[in-house]
Amino acid sequence: MARVVVDVMPKPEILDPQGQAVANALPRLGFDGVTAVRQGKHFELEVADDVDDATLAKIAETFLANPVIEDWTVRRVEA
Amino acid sequence: MRVGVITFPGTLDDVDAQRAVRYADGEAVPLWHADRDLQNVDAVIVPGGFSYGDYLRAGAIARFAPVMQEVVEAAHKGMPVLGICNGFQVLAEAHLLPGALTRNHELHFVCRDQWLRVENNTTAWTTRYDRDAEILVPLKSGEGSYQADADTLKQLEDENRIVFRYVGENPNGSLNDIAGISNARGNVVGLMPHPEHAIDALTGPTDDGLGMFLSLLDLVVNA
Repeated sequence: MARVVVDVMPKPEILDPQGQAVANALPRLGFDGVTAVRQGKHFELEVADDVDDATLAKIAETFLANPVIEDWTVRRVEA
Repeated sequence: MRVGVITFPGTLDDVDAQRAVRYADGEAVPLWHADRDLQNVDAVIVPGGFSYGDYLRAGAIARFAPVMQEVVEAAHKGMPVLGICNGFQVLAEAHLLPGALTRNHELHFVCRDQWLRVENNTTAWTTRYDRDAEILVPLKSGEGSYQADADTLKQLEDENRIVFRYVGENPNGSLNDIAGISNARGNVVGLMPHPEHAIDALTGPTDDGLGMFLSLLDLVVNA
């Protein structure tokens, strides 16, 4: 088994109201100096060893992310 | 006229969509998400709600339901398909319509009666309206902000595929005030507001939404 991490982020040109809301809340909580926040999704997949990179990319592109509005990265990590 | 209305786990507005079909003298045929059979319907409505709990993204899981595989195939052959609210999100995820629906720009769930302008009255679902007619129907959604890249937006504008636009203040941050769009052929239409909730002044703000279902009836009767 391998552990695979897929990170999905809104594209830079797409408005991210959730990230903005977090950024706007930080000064109110007394945390200064954070100029921008983008909010995305982080997936951890446990996959069999015979699942290849092309398949992982397809999972990310066709399902975990919507490429119209989101960018994605896939990486294998130590379990 | 037999009109299929899909029910996914988490669908809410299938009953009102069926009622709207009956108001237009059509036969409403319930379609279950796990069935591959469209039961010889003449058209399909993908109604609103929170299919599969909106997990992952709204519409992302519903897109892969067995019934949707059949809907995609039928739509490509020209069958009229209407996606309302969550149904619009499902059709976008299924690539029957371009772009995507994202969180409302101010993060509020918007629930109100909303004026729309009919910008294209040549689609399968809008021939009963005058061009530039303004209609009042409920809008109730948290992820209704229409987003697409500049090329897609230009194509939609150039090809007259923006079917409905919000009138007055933009309720959710949709680009170009887009409330609904169609595919190139005009048989597939998706919109965030709810025409099926506005078919009788007794139960909705107006009966302005009924025209969408009557338009479909005209199409099938005249075919």
